[in-house]
Amino acid sequence: MSRGLAETFWRNAKKKQKLLFGLAATTAVVAVAALSFGTYAMSPIHVLKSLLRMAEETRVVVVWNIRLPRIAAGLSVGAGLALAGLFIQTLLRNPLGSPSTLGISQGAAFGASCVIVLFHAGPFGTALAAFCGSLGATVLIVILGRLRGLTPEAVILAGVALSSLFGAGTVLLQVLSDETRLAMAVAWSFGDVGRSNWPQIGWLSLSVTCLAGVGYWWRWHLNALDMGEEPAKNLGISVESLRWQGLILAALVSALATAFHGVIAFVGLIAPHAARRIVGADHRFLVPVSAVLGAALLLLADTFSRLILGTGSFPVGVVTSFLGAPLFLSLLLKRRA
Amino acid sequence: MILSVLDISFHYNSHPILERVRFHVRPGEMIAVCGVNGAGKSTLLRCLNGILKPQRGSVLLDGQDLRLLGPKGIARSMASVPQKGADSELTVFEVVLLGRLPHRQWGPTRHDTLAVEKILETMDLADLAHRRFSTLSGGEAQKVLLAKALSQQPKVLLLDEPTNHLDLKNQLDVMRLVQSITRRESLAVVAAIHDLNTALRFSDRLLFLRQGRIDEVVAPGEVTAEVVRRIYGVEVQVCRIGETPVVVPL
Repeated sequence: MSRGLAETFWRNAKKKQKLLFGLAATTAVVAVAALSFGTYAMSPIHVLKSLLRMAEETRVVVVWNIRLPRIAAGLSVGAGLALAGLFIQTLLRNPLGSPSTLGISQGAAFGASCVIVLFHAGPFGTALAAFCGSLGATVLIVILGRLRGLTPEAVILAGVALSSLFGAGTVLLQVLSDETRLAMAVAWSFGDVGRSNWPQIGWLSLSVTCLAGVGYWWRWHLNALDMGEEPAKNLGISVESLRWQGLILAALVSALATAFHGVIAFVGLIAPHAARRIVGADHRFLVPVSAVLGAALLLLADTFSRLILGTGSFPVGVVTSFLGAPLFLSLLLKRRA
Repeated sequence: MILSVLDISFHYNSHPILERVRFHVRPGEMIAVCGVNGAGKSTLLRCLNGILKPQRGSVLLDGQDLRLLGPKGIARSMASVPQKGADSELTVFEVVLLGRLPHRQWGPTRHDTLAVEKILETMDLADLAHRRFSTLSGGEAQKVLLAKALSQQPKVLLLDEPTNHLDLKNQLDVMRLVQSITRRESLAVVAAIHDLNTALRFSDRLLFLRQGRIDEVVAPGEVTAEVVRRIYGVEVQVCRIGETPVVVPL
């Protein structure tokens, strides 16, 4: 006699879909609310009018030139880092995987510090060098992994070693620089979504959308990899090819996010773990929920830094680190319990 | 579907692991691969399912070379059950549904989920369907991995020491299940088995590997103390309980 197991499977999927839409809608509401908060307070009605360019000029400028780019950047960086973290964790089968663990973020910081200290570069040159630094770290990891046939665990260890190397290089450059350059390099290294412009947000959003699309396209392959590398191969999946294509895509998104906004720690690590606690390990839901949670997390952290700390320019990277570490520890402890 | 293994040799860094291994498995037959640790049992299974590429020889499925089938083609005809599953947070239903992956391009259909439901009910796993795989006991997990392999609708089933981490009751449960599935579905089964008595009780033939070569291929009733001494280097007595031969170390 049938117990309706298949029906329960589809019903659970519908429930998770509703949960996903609920999370996305809540994030959208928080984003609109975040548009109204700030030194120049506005009601939600004024915000909507400003978005439609029907409010007075000052409000339109505040919304379109200051708050909206910041919030859009927060959402796309958060979603991008969360997706990159999820890809790295699943493809390397390591819960500690994230753009920071692989040395991608530290590569960007090193690249940025190089051009700030040695060439007195402006914002464009800094972003370009940070991008090159991230890509350099990625290329090193990929070459080490492909040529030496490193295991996923060894890839993470290689990432930790590279992080340490880039970290030491960054400190050395800072020691050698004068006070002004030192302040600029340190300020850049604290992640901040307030320094975005619309073209940067456009490129980042495009890359995040591609990563999300690929993640959803591969959702069942990623599920298979969750059972182990050899079981996935036994299902006809080319694990090596999937792994390196996915890591390169994740690294590209992290590189763009870090190049434009500096080092923002913990989002890529926490958001996928939080998503796993909410929707389980099924990548049909884990991919979109990680993206939404990452976006929401960075949006909340940035709004917190803007409002609670009051300065309007407090770097969100510091907030994510302060909030992220205890949150991650509590997730780990709850999981053990 | 007949599985034919034709003189395969596999070397790792010029160190020979398998040398000219040749045997056939018929539908509905279970062949146990036995031998000491490092004899090449797991390597043989990996060569059979295409994960390792033998430097010489070939593996044929109903006369067709495995290399021509490609990874997905192999997965449509051949399923493997590992010693132990990873600690996945997927549910049992989702794990078994993965077995349908080689047969489809996009997401699972209603037909796929109904096939999984049927397998879970047949194997008495329905109560576990929505439990997370990581929370299962060793015996339950092994049965779920077997269910996943069956949902691939394979003609050939490869088992890598399927009872290694199980207590006596679960060893018997899993092997009885494998035996009944082998007969019912007319599967050709190759199982690497450590425990000689389990192999004697449940397999149709035993293939003894020694230093990567086939030393002997015999029916359970033909296993002698001399064969066991030669393969394992221990003195044993082979006695019988009913029809089943039993090996007792001296």
